[in-house]
Amino acid sequence: MGKRRKTAILVALPAAVALLATGCGGGGGGAGGGDSNGAVSIYGTEPQHPLTPGNTNEQGGIRVVDELYAGLVGFDPTTAKPYNLMAESITPSSDAKVYDIKIKHGWKFHDGTEVKAHNFVDAWNYAALATNAQINADFFAQIQGYDEVHPEDPKAKPTAQTMSGLKVLGDYEFQATLRAPFSVFPVKVGYEGFDPLPDVFFKDPKGFESHPIGNGPMKFVSYVPNQDIQLTRFDGYQGQDAVHFKDVDIKTYSDLNAAYSDLKGGQLDFLDLMPPAALVGDTYKADLPGRTLNSSLIDIDAIAVPYYVPGYNNPDLRKAISMAIDRDGIIKQVLNNAYDAANSYFSPSLDGNVPNSCEYCKYDPDAAKSAFARSGFTGKLTIASNSDGGHKEALTAVCNSITKVLGVACDFVPQTSLGQFRSMITSHQATGMVRSDWSADYPSVEDFLNPIYKTGASSNDATYSNPQVDALLAQADSTADAAGAIKLYQQAEALIAKDLPNIPLWSEKGTAGYSSKLSAAKLSWKRQPDLPSFRLA
Amino acid sequence: MGRYVLRRLLQLIPVFLGTTFIIYTLVWAIPSDPFAGKCGQRPCPPEYVAKMRADFNLDDNLFVQYVKYLGKLFTGDFGQTFSGVKVGTLIADAYPITIRLAVIALVIEGVIGLVAGVLTGLRKNGFLDNLVLVATLFLISLPVFFTGYVLKVGFGISVSSTAPLGDLIVPGFVLGSLSMAYVARLTRTSIAENRRADFVRTAIAKGLPGSRVVGVHLLRNSVIPVVTFLGTDLGALMGGAIVTEGVFNIHGIGGLVFINIQQQQGVVVTGVVTLLVLVYLAMSLIVDLLYAVLDPRIRYE
Repeated sequence: MGKRRKTAILVALPAAVALLATGCGGGGGGAGGGDSNGAVSIYGTEPQHPLTPGNTNEQGGIRVVDELYAGLVGFDPTTAKPYNLMAESITPSSDAKVYDIKIKHGWKFHDGTEVKAHNFVDAWNYAALATNAQINADFFAQIQGYDEVHPEDPKAKPTAQTMSGLKVLGDYEFQATLRAPFSVFPVKVGYEGFDPLPDVFFKDPKGFESHPIGNGPMKFVSYVPNQDIQLTRFDGYQGQDAVHFKDVDIKTYSDLNAAYSDLKGGQLDFLDLMPPAALVGDTYKADLPGRTLNSSLIDIDAIAVPYYVPGYNNPDLRKAISMAIDRDGIIKQVLNNAYDAANSYFSPSLDGNVPNSCEYCKYDPDAAKSAFARSGFTGKLTIASNSDGGHKEALTAVCNSITKVLGVACDFVPQTSLGQFRSMITSHQATGMVRSDWSADYPSVEDFLNPIYKTGASSNDATYSNPQVDALLAQADSTADAAGAIKLYQQAEALIAKDLPNIPLWSEKGTAGYSSKLSAAKLSWKRQPDLPSFRLA
Repeated sequence: MGRYVLRRLLQLIPVFLGTTFIIYTLVWAIPSDPFAGKCGQRPCPPEYVAKMRADFNLDDNLFVQYVKYLGKLFTGDFGQTFSGVKVGTLIADAYPITIRLAVIALVIEGVIGLVAGVLTGLRKNGFLDNLVLVATLFLISLPVFFTGYVLKVGFGISVSSTAPLGDLIVPGFVLGSLSMAYVARLTRTSIAENRRADFVRTAIAKGLPGSRVVGVHLLRNSVIPVVTFLGTDLGALMGGAIVTEGVFNIHGIGGLVFINIQQQQGVVVTGVVTLLVLVYLAMSLIVDLLYAVLDPRIRYE
């Protein structure tokens, strides 16, 4: 043993010297430049769930899961256009109900085993099975057989262990049959929850959580709770989103200001959002000369006007409120220009968005006043939200704007925590308007309609129900042609914009900064650092 | 003395049970579902919520929950967080950092505060006295987060995630600055008062050298209120310093409790606070015993 090691060193030494020599020679003229074996540190928050695809749904965890695993489809960080990552092809049937998925050969998990079709099917089945209690189970609801592995009634036992709609057709091919046609499925599989899992996971899921093994551009090194998560480059990675450095340290911060001053001081290399104080007067641009980024996040902030609140089932009142909000003024005065005023029900950077499709989203005090007079509404308006995270200031300004124009009293009602606030909404106990923000899970107009405006949908905070909208959405879902589907989604949006179940306010512009250690970086549409675009200076 | 210590230790048991029960009740009594906001704008799958509630005994009544928790605690199991991290690991990671920070803060406030207090107490109304008075007033009036940010930016301080001793000197100074001012003022008043006490006059009359009069007779008797203050302060410092830790991104016990109260992770909060209660009780016991060492008039029987 000892002897063999010695020879290994003897062989390795000249090789290393040779590598160093060539490294020195070629470094000056290299196209990309920079040290491809360097390390970077990025801002992070404590993951709320174990680091597996089926059980991660928040920013802190997604940041890590995105690097550890690679799914069928990837997205361009800026345009959010999908491209085939692990998928060789995703072929829909003519009715958009059956998808034949071929995956690329030779991709490996970090433990050396090859990624095969069954790794996807097994991972999806595991996430969907009710008894595994995975947080992303709902994402598989469109696959045939989901109702058997995940009965509607939470107390009922699943009658099957696997979804009948998933069939492995070979090592590199599988088929997904959906319960109903759904044309956005090839985009939806780009969501983290659809990433594959290696065979070792299924033997010991609990043990796997403490040392996750994925097929992504970076592999797991260590995780110290509340301190940091370290990943290192996986050299066997074959995807186009490989990284150009070696190690990343995802540092956990509980205070954004602390992270910002570390960024200024060069102790942190990337921060994906600026503290409010740094946005005032564009301070961050002076603090980080030439090292700031703007991206278009795919999200929309709105206020839902629940139909069950007495007096709120009144189209004129909805129009009056919407037209009484001076979105541009509030963005300028309260939100430090970090947002774009909403003029549609989609995020502006989304494919299929029609600018100004929400005709009542324009600030129009006179029209608002006459609509309010027609509505005959008496009493007080309220907007409820959890008050942390800067929501209080913005929504108070919205209320002030409404009061100024309509002369009706409007109060911001703070809630102590997001949990309390959300349970008030899901149990339909709101007594006024509520904050209803939405960030895309996957970049599609469908994700901005189905979960929010379909009758009985999971995030239908306004309890909106319009049979025409439901019919149009169903028709769009089953249209295999992407352009044709988008047209139908747009028609549904036009109807929603007349009813105003939610009142769109604004979309956030992403603002990020990086240290002088980096020469290039990007912020993705999900407000995640795009590690493949990082270049060390 | 031995009996006194024993009695004090026995008193710890009801205090321990009472505080843990109160803390446990308070954390779990927060009137909202800890899993309601876990999935952002979507509601969490009911199976997920049901499994978590079962895992954390949330469906039992409070008393049963508490007994189950206590049972585990006595076997050394602090439980785990919602994301499956052992609370024992969290404490083991955070506590050494907090202790290091607390000790540095205590040394800084003790040494600087005492020296300043003795010097000014002996030379009342001199230049130094006025300087210290103004300086301490200045420190007391500054909020900690202000001092923290100024020093952090001014010195370009960064604390690495393992928080070695050297990295913690400036944060320790920030943390101890306020108490340092109090220590200086307490010592000054106490010294000034005792300077005219009979036993000091006697010591001077006996012809003892000045250093001995001040160092032994005067200081030892004057330092009792200061020791009380330092003792309870150390207990408080061990409980973590949320603001200072936040400013310097130090991952100590204060931040741990703060984050977990927000996330309603009762297991973590109760585990850490239980430990803090024990530390605090031990600190106050040590302080009480120190009185007897410092002041020959105090005896514990």
